[in-house]
Amino acid sequence: MELSYSKEDEAFRKEVHTWLKHNLPKKDKSVSDLMPHDPERVKRAKEWQRKLYDAGYVAMGWSKEYGGQEADVMRQTIVNEEMVLARAPGLVGASGLGMLGPTLIQLGTEEQKRRYLPKILTAEEIWCQGYSEPESGSDLASLRTRAELVGDEFIVNGQKVWTSNAQFSDWMFCLVRTDPAAPKHRGISYILIDMKTPGITVRPLIQMTGDAGFNEVFFEDVRVPRAHLVGELNQGWMVANATLFHERNMLGSTTRTQLMMQNLIRLARSRQRYGKPVAEDAVIRQKLADLLTRVEAMRYHSYRQLTNALKGRSPGIGAMVNKLVGTELNHDICALALEIMGSYAPLSRKAAHVIDNGTWAYEFMFTLGLIIGGGTSQIQKNIISERGLGMPKSG
Amino acid sequence: MDFGLSEEQEMLQQSAREFLTQECPPTFVREMSKSADGFSRELQRKMAEQGWTGLLVPETYGGLGLGMLDMALLLEEMGRAVVPGPFLFSSVLCTLALKQGGTTAQKKVWLPRLASGEAVGTVAFLEADDRLDAAGITLKAKKSRDGYTLSGTKMFVPFAAVADVLLVAVRTSGRAEEGVSLILVERETPGLTIKPLEIFDLTRRVYEVECKNIVVPKTAVVGNEGQGWKILSRLIDAACIALAADSLGGAQKALEMAVEYTKVRTQFNRPIASFQALKHLAAEIVSEIEPARALVWYAAHAFDTRPREASRAAALAKARLSDVYSRTTNRAVQMHGGIGFTWEHDMHFWFKRAKWNEFAFGDASFHRERLAQIEGF
Repeated sequence: MELSYSKEDEAFRKEVHTWLKHNLPKKDKSVSDLMPHDPERVKRAKEWQRKLYDAGYVAMGWSKEYGGQEADVMRQTIVNEEMVLARAPGLVGASGLGMLGPTLIQLGTEEQKRRYLPKILTAEEIWCQGYSEPESGSDLASLRTRAELVGDEFIVNGQKVWTSNAQFSDWMFCLVRTDPAAPKHRGISYILIDMKTPGITVRPLIQMTGDAGFNEVFFEDVRVPRAHLVGELNQGWMVANATLFHERNMLGSTTRTQLMMQNLIRLARSRQRYGKPVAEDAVIRQKLADLLTRVEAMRYHSYRQLTNALKGRSPGIGAMVNKLVGTELNHDICALALEIMGSYAPLSRKAAHVIDNGTWAYEFMFTLGLIIGGGTSQIQKNIISERGLGMPKSG
Repeated sequence: MDFGLSEEQEMLQQSAREFLTQECPPTFVREMSKSADGFSRELQRKMAEQGWTGLLVPETYGGLGLGMLDMALLLEEMGRAVVPGPFLFSSVLCTLALKQGGTTAQKKVWLPRLASGEAVGTVAFLEADDRLDAAGITLKAKKSRDGYTLSGTKMFVPFAAVADVLLVAVRTSGRAEEGVSLILVERETPGLTIKPLEIFDLTRRVYEVECKNIVVPKTAVVGNEGQGWKILSRLIDAACIALAADSLGGAQKALEMAVEYTKVRTQFNRPIASFQALKHLAAEIVSEIEPARALVWYAAHAFDTRPREASRAAALAKARLSDVYSRTTNRAVQMHGGIGFTWEHDMHFWFKRAKWNEFAFGDASFHRERLAQIEGF
């Protein structure tokens, strides 16, 4: 065991740190006040990802022929950590980078890799995920959006829901039913849909946060070339699961959690109640310290997984808990922040006397969404117990 | 950056598991629970042959000279097997105290004997107040011409009846950290009386130790007079890590037993493992144990190599594992249903050990407050 970084890695960290200091987008209130999907805001976000990519900090592990650098996991981890520490904005192309990209690398054709991967990196093409449907949530495999193969084209009809970022996405990776007669897991295909194709309607849904982060997407005789199929026809469930695995790792990442924890401690120290800082209240101290033990456990747990990845070892049952633990932890941190703020907690972003711009209340709700998205905590527990512990299925 | 185990460490883990499956199955634990002192000389001899009793003892004194992470891995396996006996107190705590603060003469006398398993040591720290801070140490050591005269009572001393030597925390002056001294007292010293305190965890026997004007020579002091707290606070960190490791192994085993049972137990015409109520309990345990494992490794590693982080890391590990082990065994008993509540079933050994581990050397709340202070909340 060795917890310090190599000289090369330390030097790289310094380099990233300096780069971020000089290149971080300037705070622009006229932009940050816009809705996340506002064209101007999306444009700025794409520019930011492009800049990061040009600096060599995006999807560094991908192979060189598709625009990556074949760097080891450690390098990307360092970049991710430094970005969080610098409070840098996230990447607008995260679904492409974190979900579709790795899936294509694993299961796509050579042609697909060459066509899609480079533009994922540069944010020239933004992707959204067409999975959930009104009648297919946790039982995703029951999905009914139909794709009929006619000649060289799929004709797609149906509806997706909770589709994040569909308003400004260029493409969607989508699960469709190609064989209605087959058992539910064996009649699904995984296809790539150009969002500009005629017959697609995107209708934003307002989340409890007040933002329109996700959408309903309707398909009416939407024509998709057969070449846009990933994996074999009717084998889409396997491809979907590869994507879900990457998604859960992304959602369960606790790099940001550490920063949230620091902010929480700062909040507890700065808020005064009953004539003393809230952080001096015995009960609050217990709660803070309990969260700290959980945050630190996840930090070293992620180091352990990073080491396994570097050594080419299989992640095992340890990786199955990431999504469950990470998302619940983020939400619990926000919940304690609200408790510390008391009557100030529900104040809106623009209200007088609001604390930290209302970020905590927003995050409190947003992180609850992440407990549900990408497979609910309850589904995660099924996965851990069935695949991890070998407990039998319920049915 | 390498947060993983070496090949040797993985081998140690594996051989320990095999050895304990063979030498310390639940039938053995049950048998030992009926014995008067909960200590098997036979097992002690065999563990010594494996080098375990001397794992932390420097090679020059006949040990293996390994570190805390190696020990934590071994203790994890011992927790898994709920090994009864004084190992943690003798081969970890007493050994570390001598290694850190002992005079050359003390090391020469005791370390080879502790390493070979021929001698057993223990630590007498707590008193009737059950305080973990320096102010809780009031047993008086009065300086005389020949050495010290000890009078007072120590409580909850693990395995005092089978220990050859006790490391006793005494007060030579003052009331706080300054003035705490550590003194080696041999069990046969006149004036020392040892009374067993009946306890529900039969793998951990504890005693009340009374010192009635015991006379010990000056040479019995470990470290300098009045400077004992420094060694003791380091020992508390070590104890936290050791107990956390033991708890980790115990929790993992309790989970495995419970899951195994639910797969074979049928109700409503199906294995109860197919009910989500139980699957989710099991998954929640996994989601607590897996990240906690990294915390134990980190704390053990920090103990030897990152002195500035060591106390914080030990507190993190002890706080978390105190909760996790107790919660896990509670769930594991429930997953067994009625049979889990019987004396006949083995689960209660883990359930009880979890409670002992939880309170020993500070419970979760104690260490959370400690963390709050370290972090400056």
